[in-house]
Amino acid sequence: MKKETWRELTIGTINLNAGNSVVNLTGTWRSGRKPEFRPEHCIHCFFCWLYCPHFAIKVEGEKIAGINYDYCTGCGLCAEECPTKEKAIVMVPEEIKLAERRK
Amino acid sequence: MKTLKPLNGNQSIAEAARQIDPDVIAAYPITPSTAVVETIAQFKADGLITGEFVCPESEHSAMSVCIGAAAAGGRVMTATSSQGLALMWEMLYIAAGLRLPIVAAIANRALSAPINIHGDHSDTMGARDSGWIQIYSENCQEAYDNFIQAFRIAEHPDVRTPVLVGFDGFIISHSTEIVEVEDDEEVRQFVGEYLPLYPLLDTSRRFTVGPIDFTDYYFEHKRNQIEGIENSPRIIEQVGQEFGQRFGRYYGFIDAYRLEDAELAIVVMGSAAGTCKDAIDELREEGLKIGLLKPRVFRPFPHEIIAKALKDKLAVAVLDRSSSPGAFGAPLFNEIRSALYDYEKRPKIINYIYGLGGRDIKIEHFKEAAQNLVKIATTGRIDSYVGYLNLRE
Ligand code: SF4
Ligand code: SF4
Repeated sequence: MKKETWRELTIGTINLNAGNSVVNLTGTWRSGRKPEFRPEHCIHCFFCWLYCPHFAIKVEGEKIAGINYDYCTGCGLCAEECPTKEKAIVMVPEEIKLAERRK
Repeated sequence: MKTLKPLNGNQSIAEAARQIDPDVIAAYPITPSTAVVETIAQFKADGLITGEFVCPESEHSAMSVCIGAAAAGGRVMTATSSQGLALMWEMLYIAAGLRLPIVAAIANRALSAPINIHGDHSDTMGARDSGWIQIYSENCQEAYDNFIQAFRIAEHPDVRTPVLVGFDGFIISHSTEIVEVEDDEEVRQFVGEYLPLYPLLDTSRRFTVGPIDFTDYYFEHKRNQIEGIENSPRIIEQVGQEFGQRFGRYYGFIDAYRLEDAELAIVVMGSAAGTCKDAIDELREEGLKIGLLKPRVFRPFPHEIIAKALKDKLAVAVLDRSSSPGAFGAPLFNEIRSALYDYEKRPKIINYIYGLGGRDIKIEHFKEAAQNLVKIATTGRIDSYVGYLNLRE
């Protein structure tokens, strides 16, 4: 993507291209660990969905359906907040190859 | 119709604010600017202004409200001093970075510690790199006039940069003078209607204000911001002229007093310039060819104008009402010395720090500086680059 020069930018940091997260996948910030969804323990309380700062909890109908790794930054809040005895979200190690990340 | 009113500096600002009637006024009272806020609150209670008056829990919040209101598309103002401006710090940079034309009236006051409520320029000088335009006033009339012009400058489409108008705490803020107050309607016409560029309240367009930038865009956005203040000199000039045409009082970047044929010069900003003019008159009578240069605008710094006015002098004393501990002299001195660097023929320049914490500066102190200039001009020797006026040594 061609980057604008300072003259081409809109005044005052205004970004007229609102909604550009569609192409800016912030999940690439994740490093070292990722949440793993274990549906068998999930009671669909939606705590994870509520606490996730990046709207990265997938929902289907009225049920939690997993993690959207395109936007999950691996912060771990969902796993921390998950109230079930056997956690329905656990953080697991993750290794992303540099080459993959740059894609 | 123009009227003559006895007003102090704070009341002069409040009077201008009443006439302009901004959409939102958010301010937290602090000495010595309290009466600006208090008077405006009274205007609001009396139904004399229609704008929203917000009294938040701190100056940080006051500036935050200003930023939100300006981003929403409103014409916005605030007033503060000293620690209040310091508490606004991080928000000052945001206001400038977002190019929001907020106008702030600053009754200049010393910074703690030690705690002190009197006038000096430490507060606004500390904010000199925040990206705000800075205009300084010599008296109540200038505070009133500058404040009105500030909206036109800030809101000009090529500028869109916040402006602060400084006026010395107590010396101006609490001293009553006869001020020429212009007709309400005339002031409103002069200031004109404000047309925001990207008001958040315009829901027909989708955009983001202030998103995160990393190494790939921050630098470009900063350069884009700098362009606003770089464009401002011609607008400041134009607004000062237009103000003069309409109201009879013309404004530029500097005021020169008996400077043209002078061999020696004193540079001083703010209320002390008034006293300095009397000192110049007395010194002239004593046969000294000396003049005064009073910068009105400090940001953007009018380096060319000042350099041209001073380059042929023999010796110049720059007086700063703030200090920059550890630096080679105080801010005004730094700027002026640097502005003269490219001139082959240039004066000897020294710096005096004066008036910290409201310490008086009298005619005799200007004369002390003048005597030193005479010595430097005749011997070509400078004993000390940075001195202190009216300090117990
Ligand atoms: S790790 Fe953080 S970002 Fe990822 S899904 Fe959980 S709460 Fe959201
Ligand atoms: S917090 Fe745990 S139990 Fe609740 S919806 Fe999320 S994964 Fe399921």
